[in-house]
Amino acid sequence: MTVMEQRGAYRPTPPPAWQPRMDPAPLLPDAEPYRVLGTEAAAKADPELLRALYAQLVKGRRYNAQATALTKQGRLAVYPSTTGQEACEVAAAMVLEERDWLFPSYRDTLAVVARGVDPVEALTLLRGDWHTGYDPHEHRVAPLCTPLATQLPHAVGLAHAARLKGDDVVALAMVGDGGTSEGDFHEALNFAAVWQAPVVFLVQNNGFAISVPLAKQTAAPSLAHKAVGYGMPGRLVDGNDAAAVHEVLSDAVRHARAGGGPTLVEAITYRVDAHTNADDATRYRADAEVETWREHDPIELLERELTARGLLDEDGKRAARDAAEAMAASLREHMNQDPVLDPMDLFTDVYAEPTPQLREQREQLRAELEAEAGAEPEGGTHR
Amino acid sequence: MTTVAVKPATMAQALTRALRDAMAADPAVHVMGEDVGTLGGVFRVTDGLAKEFGEDRCTDTPLAEAGILGTAVGMAMYGLRPVVEMQFDAFAYPAFEQLISHVSRMRNRTRGKMPLPITVRVPYGGGIGGVEHHSDSSEAYYMATPGLHVVTPATVADAYGLLRASIASDDPVVFLEPKRLYWSKDSWNPEEPAPVDPIGRAVVRRPGRSATLITYGPSVPVCVEAAEAARAEGWDLEVVDLRSLVPFDDETVCASVRRTGRAVVVHESGSFGGPGGEIAARVTERCFHHLEAPVLRVAGFDVPYPPPMLERHHLPGVDRILDAVGRLQWEAES
Repeated sequence: MTVMEQRGAYRPTPPPAWQPRMDPAPLLPDAEPYRVLGTEAAAKADPELLRALYAQLVKGRRYNAQATALTKQGRLAVYPSTTGQEACEVAAAMVLEERDWLFPSYRDTLAVVARGVDPVEALTLLRGDWHTGYDPHEHRVAPLCTPLATQLPHAVGLAHAARLKGDDVVALAMVGDGGTSEGDFHEALNFAAVWQAPVVFLVQNNGFAISVPLAKQTAAPSLAHKAVGYGMPGRLVDGNDAAAVHEVLSDAVRHARAGGGPTLVEAITYRVDAHTNADDATRYRADAEVETWREHDPIELLERELTARGLLDEDGKRAARDAAEAMAASLREHMNQDPVLDPMDLFTDVYAEPTPQLREQREQLRAELEAEAGAEPEGGTHR
Repeated sequence: MTTVAVKPATMAQALTRALRDAMAADPAVHVMGEDVGTLGGVFRVTDGLAKEFGEDRCTDTPLAEAGILGTAVGMAMYGLRPVVEMQFDAFAYPAFEQLISHVSRMRNRTRGKMPLPITVRVPYGGGIGGVEHHSDSSEAYYMATPGLHVVTPATVADAYGLLRASIASDDPVVFLEPKRLYWSKDSWNPEEPAPVDPIGRAVVRRPGRSATLITYGPSVPVCVEAAEAARAEGWDLEVVDLRSLVPFDDETVCASVRRTGRAVVVHESGSFGGPGGEIAARVTERCFHHLEAPVLRVAGFDVPYPPPMLERHHLPGVDRILDAVGRLQWEAES
């Protein structure tokens, strides 16, 4: 059945026959963000899943700390941290099957790592030795996307193509609250809904687009409400409640895989660190506000639940910490080695075959490099 | 022995045939854009494709150019070969960010792991009496973006050959279709289409000895007409049809200029920051000692595209081309 047949043609009809083609009520998000931890729903949560989430959160927090430290040491050019947002980052990766695709924004290196990409490769962009350090096809992770929301239509197109080919693939696309103001956010959601593409849009509402608070970004009741205008369901979830994020995203992925179309998920979280190491957050927010969010920390919330249910003891915490330390030590070791650069790489992948013009420029650079190295350029003279 | 009748065909028909043949040859080829399905495109270039291949292969999209090209990126990531139609030159601008930040550089960003074989068809140029935003020459923007190929046909046969080559290319191609040549006719046999030329080769459209007119797309027939008119002045002009702006065929262009010693670049695009500046610089850098005069440019004025009732004053015509040829310092000859 085509989308048109599912939903009715919605052709102009003279009044009084005109009516909306669907009841918007089922698409509306709940009034409160969905929570699991500390609620009755927690009892139903799978202990193994909670333990796995905990291990990933602890590792994710350590990853953020290590990457931030590497930036201060000059090993990374810049690092946009997801400290405090680890629940969204790791859950986004964990809800996907191997054949699915993840479309991260530049802030989502943690999700990329949680998906299985080597941390050194995930951080290549931010170290600055190339743009995308990993093969997107290997782990089915699109390149980290810097221009805001422009990766969202890619996710829609890929999911649409997979469905046309008869493949059972879902795309999960990540974006921030600021990104929802971009035109590409609108176009991606509209295309996804019209095509009923198997896509899940995860908006991490972390309160700030660099310095600009959400109130200056939108007048919508919530970002999840925007879904209704496109004819897709919107879900609101506590983004620091790892179990809740995992459940809501899993439901959305299942819904998409079953042919139910896209879902917009807004996860309410908080960017505890500044935008990047180059930002000074004290210019636009009070420390006291940051402190209130520390009490709603994703690791603390999960640790409380696990401890209360007898699923986590000191040994368990230590094991999680040790695994995180091992990851951090390995990352330090690898990132403290200078990357091997070959300037001639500038010309290798601009086109499948370099144009005559690029071949000339490549020879120019080669001659410059040879001159730099003190060698005689081939032919003996400059071009 | 039977001979297939070679009938006159229009450029639009040749483009349709190229799309159809590409879709038949490769199930990965998908056509998408505004009005390309049921209607067959506002210029009818996609006529019949939705009927023949189904709406999943020739898709009417929502009216949003960034979304069209952005979703095409995702489709190409998954192994499809999208052919995107932008309805008009100036309506392609919303897709610039996708084109420049993603389409042009995805291969480079990913060290060759994620090439994007996308063809973006853009009807361009004036001369059809279009009201504003329907007649822009946008090629300079595309030429200035590394990672894109930029091609434009001037003949019916090239329209077919270049479009097939563009769709077959593993690199993104901006395929500029000269609107006012859509209905130009030529003897062309659709049953035996010309072999597909590789992208990047210019062709001498009319041989001559006195000077070279370097041009492309909608200005090619104008230059050929100017060359015919120039015979009365005693000039035998060569016309080089670039066909491909990126990559640029320095070899063919310079071989011609070295023969003739004089050159004029002709295009509808504005002259300041337009393709002619780049072409003149390339010719001068390579052929300086063969040149009898500076390379001149005949271009559209550096004004927003004029309203239709004034466009004839803007577009390079035969007289303006001949005026430029007359300024090529012929006095040195005598």
